[in-house]
Amino acid sequence: MDYSWPDRPPDAVDLSIPSEPRSLTVVRAAVERMAKMAGFREPDLSQVILAVDEALANVIKHSYRGATDQPIRVRLQPTRGPNNCGGLLVLVRDYGTAVDPATIQPRNLDDIRPGGLGVHIIRSVMDEAEYSCPESGGMQLRMVKYVRSEQAARG
Amino acid sequence: MERRGVVASPGGTSESMPHSSDKVVQEVRQQGGVVLIRLAGEIDMHRTPEVLQAVEPHMQSRPKRVVVDLSDVEYMDSSGVGTLVHLFRQVNSNGGKLVLVKPNERVRSVFEITRLDRFFVICQDQQEALKQ
Repeated sequence: MDYSWPDRPPDAVDLSIPSEPRSLTVVRAAVERMAKMAGFREPDLSQVILAVDEALANVIKHSYRGATDQPIRVRLQPTRGPNNCGGLLVLVRDYGTAVDPATIQPRNLDDIRPGGLGVHIIRSVMDEAEYSCPESGGMQLRMVKYVRSEQAARG
Repeated sequence: MERRGVVASPGGTSESMPHSSDKVVQEVRQQGGVVLIRLAGEIDMHRTPEVLQAVEPHMQSRPKRVVVDLSDVEYMDSSGVGTLVHLFRQVNSNGGKLVLVKPNERVRSVFEITRLDRFFVICQDQQEALKQ
């Protein structure tokens, strides 16, 4: 497997973690810091943290089928959006089982049962969410959320 | 008869990551047909097995009411919510009711995003939850 990763832009933070559920709390803390620096306030701040957490949980559950020693990379990068508002770009890269991105769809929420909520959460709270299958294997999720103008105005 | 249980700190599968020593299940108390569960901290994919492990023995008696106090829960992801859905289905199938107490805004929003707020009764304190 080719574990190459695009060069880190100067303003981005890269995290390299094992597919171990205990590492999720560390990533959440980093996302919270970066999202605050990008200008996010509640409730959007919590939503960005939740979306990244769900993306990582899905990688552990589905791409690595629960294995706890596999590599996951996360990039957190400030970005600019419409009307020059701030935002946060998040890349989640795994090297596990790839699936056709078109098959990654949220489930019917009228069915009250555990599981399968992560994709719905990601698509609901992020402004952009796109899965891809890099040539070198595994999967990548690219997510972006922009700071809403009233949050930017509040500072 | 009253049964009380407090869950030990989590075990782990990997030696390379630090343990989190705080308990997410602060208390499980059973009295009559009521089970009261008090959770705390961050209920995520890592910690939900502890919740199930602590609560399942108390579900054997088919309680008529399960009260889950979330007032000290700082964060919950979809696996935490899924655990509550699992309990909800168990209690419901026994003709009982599951009531949540005082989730913070962060936790409440997860129920709203997943549209599960339609199914759960949410109260502001334990007394109100016991009356529901």
